[in-house]
Amino acid sequence: MGHDVLLKMEGISKAFPGVKALDNVNLEVKSGTVHALMGENGAGKSTLMKCLFGMYVKDSGHIYLEGKEIDFKNSKEALDNGVAMVHQELNQALKRNVMDNIWLGRYPKIGGIMVDEHKMKRDTEAIFKELGINVDVHRIMGDMPVSQRQMVEIAKAVSYNSKVIVFDEPTSSLTEEEVEHLFEIIDMLRNKGVGIIYISHKMAEIKRISDEITIMRDGQWVATKPAAELEMNDIIRLMVGRELTNQFPPKTNKVGEVSLRVENMSGQYNQLKDVAFEAHRGEVLGIAGLDSSGRTETLESIFGIRTRKSGSITLNGKQCLNRNAGESIKNGFALLTEERRATGIFGVLSIKENTVISSLKRHKRFGVYLSEKSQREDTQYYIDAMRTKTPSQETKIRTLSGGNQQKVIIGRWLLTEPEVLLLDEPTRGIDVGAKYEIYQLILDLANKGKTVLMVSSEMPELLGVCDRIIVMSGGRVAGEVDAKNTSQEEIMTLAAKYV
Amino acid sequence: MTNPLMKVKQVSADYKQMDAKDRKRFWVDGILNNALYILMAIFIIYTASVKPAFLTLGSFANLITQVAAYLPMALGIAGCIVLTGTDLSAGRISGLTAAVAAVMLQKSDFANKMFQNIPEVTVGWILVVLLGVVAIGAFIGLVNGFFVAKFSLHPFIVTLSTQLITYGIILWFFGLNGNNGQPISGLSKEYKDLVGGEMFRLGNVAIPTYVLYAAILVVVMWFIWNKTAFGKNMFAVGSNAEAAKVSGVNVFWTTVLVHTLAGAMYGYSGFIEGVRSGSVAAATGLNAECDAIAACVIGGVSFVGGTGSISGIILGVFILRIIFVALTMLGVDSSSLYIIKGAIILCACALDMRKYLVKK
Repeated sequence: MGHDVLLKMEGISKAFPGVKALDNVNLEVKSGTVHALMGENGAGKSTLMKCLFGMYVKDSGHIYLEGKEIDFKNSKEALDNGVAMVHQELNQALKRNVMDNIWLGRYPKIGGIMVDEHKMKRDTEAIFKELGINVDVHRIMGDMPVSQRQMVEIAKAVSYNSKVIVFDEPTSSLTEEEVEHLFEIIDMLRNKGVGIIYISHKMAEIKRISDEITIMRDGQWVATKPAAELEMNDIIRLMVGRELTNQFPPKTNKVGEVSLRVENMSGQYNQLKDVAFEAHRGEVLGIAGLDSSGRTETLESIFGIRTRKSGSITLNGKQCLNRNAGESIKNGFALLTEERRATGIFGVLSIKENTVISSLKRHKRFGVYLSEKSQREDTQYYIDAMRTKTPSQETKIRTLSGGNQQKVIIGRWLLTEPEVLLLDEPTRGIDVGAKYEIYQLILDLANKGKTVLMVSSEMPELLGVCDRIIVMSGGRVAGEVDAKNTSQEEIMTLAAKYV
Repeated sequence: MTNPLMKVKQVSADYKQMDAKDRKRFWVDGILNNALYILMAIFIIYTASVKPAFLTLGSFANLITQVAAYLPMALGIAGCIVLTGTDLSAGRISGLTAAVAAVMLQKSDFANKMFQNIPEVTVGWILVVLLGVVAIGAFIGLVNGFFVAKFSLHPFIVTLSTQLITYGIILWFFGLNGNNGQPISGLSKEYKDLVGGEMFRLGNVAIPTYVLYAAILVVVMWFIWNKTAFGKNMFAVGSNAEAAKVSGVNVFWTTVLVHTLAGAMYGYSGFIEGVRSGSVAAATGLNAECDAIAACVIGGVSFVGGTGSISGIILGVFILRIIFVALTMLGVDSSSLYIIKGAIILCACALDMRKYLVKK
């Protein structure tokens, strides 16, 4: 088709303490094409993009834009040079209006001082018209749904006359109609000769929209091929690096009688409505659904860190009030939160302190004194049991890799001797090898008769580890499926039921 | 790696493998991370060479006495800093408790006695007063903690408010019984002896009993910080309050208790301050929290939250006091003293923050 190479990344490497995040990665994006960048979480896609935009300093390698070597110091410089990114997590000034967000940092001025509101409005509306976006330019960003905010972000990228636009998981919070609109816009940009890097996990989308596909695994470049030559199975094989059957440990857990019963649970300050389900001893119960379908809210409401309007929780026939985390822990619940950095780890504290914080009672002597020896023993036990890679117990947890941090926090929870484990995205941001270990751990817990509830956005993971899966949609339980006899399609259909 | 000799060997082996650029960074990092101690060493050597009296036992005794007086407030305020907060009311709280203690423990035959019908000053009565003023401090701390924890207000705002309120109470107190704002003096001998009495002499300088009390407080605070669930919870809340909540830590009570404990320490500080200054005025305790905060920061209790140690606080108080003693000996005037103090705090914070910035 005679497309020129617009952006060329060559031999990019980047190491973090203990992890080689990128190892000699290559990427070539041609003008007027959509180039899909694929790989599992932790494969290095985001790191590669962060190197492109100067958020990380690459250790080695070269980046060329239209044949000229570039080395952006920050994303502003990248934008000025025509390289833009539409982030998965939108970084926008939520208290300001649409126009302000688009022209932030380069307001058109009258006489060099006064901001030219009229020009801003004219230009914004012109771009919106071109892209077929229907948004009031005076609206406050924070008042708009995510899908519209994303459109604004795309418009911003276009307003910079960008030659290369990176889309990072753009459809994760969009409805099907909105996805269609997004694809129209991407098509339009492609026809204008823009080079598009499209990061997504959704195979169907990738097959539909992309011209070329680059696959990464464990920080390494694996393959770049025209999309037409790759079947879905090929992509998965290349991404995972082994046959899919070996991705999960064998399921040996035996499902017992009902242990946890949640009835009629609704949220006071969130969309949860009449959530009800049962979970059994020795069972891994998956919770599927789109983002903001109420999966996280369900777990957090059970654990009592979100306010319930109504609902009852019964564990082994005993009513549990679970009004706060402390009470839930006493009742035998444990919650592994989704945002590990924000609500999981104590970054500046040591592995030991991170491990024992929820079970300090175990170490009390004479009512007040905490035994150092028993704290060390507990910590060491879980470092060994989980095979956590750490130089010592005194190491600060923030210096560990994501997978090892996760192991420490799981250890923290196991020390509280819970009956029910609520796991929210337990393998998020963890490399493939460590994922397998976490799966094994989950199944081991089920084997010991614990009840495990597991929220995940990764469908294969749910299908591979769980016994049953309940699917949530719009804050309600849309249905329940048997993990052995279901398909991703069935789950997706249920997930869209109340959207 | 716990063996220091092994560590030195390890570092030197690493060093041999470095190239010139890494070696340069090794030295720059090493110097910047220890800049405060290096500067202190240079400063002490310089002062000692100009004023040999600086390195005498008497000078050291003087230093210890000062440290013992300033330490309790720093020990209290450090907890607030560990919670990423601060406490601006510390100085005024100690001012109030100093005034209350002084009034309650005036000489029975003192002409300007504020209240006539106060019991005879005995050891028992002194202890009652001590408990009373500690309770007053703790109560104001409790108020601080309650507003911080309950309404998620920044401690800066809360303690600024209580600072003003406490000062108002101080002014009202000094106007009672026709006192008309006069300083309170004429403290009883029993009170002075119990707090400031000579234990022993060091290089011809008396070491007062409150040095012993400070040592006891250090042990108690060390225990609380390191060996109790409350201490562990405090560090957890300071490090990541959200995670602490999820982990079952009672963030509300931890915050309230940290501030209450701090208030109790200020109360005790005021009790000592009365004897130290001989007479208590409305301005007693003014800005005392600045020295305490500075000492904490110098000693590595970081505003980042969740870090700090008792030994660090002691070191911080020592460094600040050494600077004062030395500069006074060198005959530096008070205007320069403040400028130097400010500059040291600024440097200490900048160097401290350097350790927590994530290198990209």
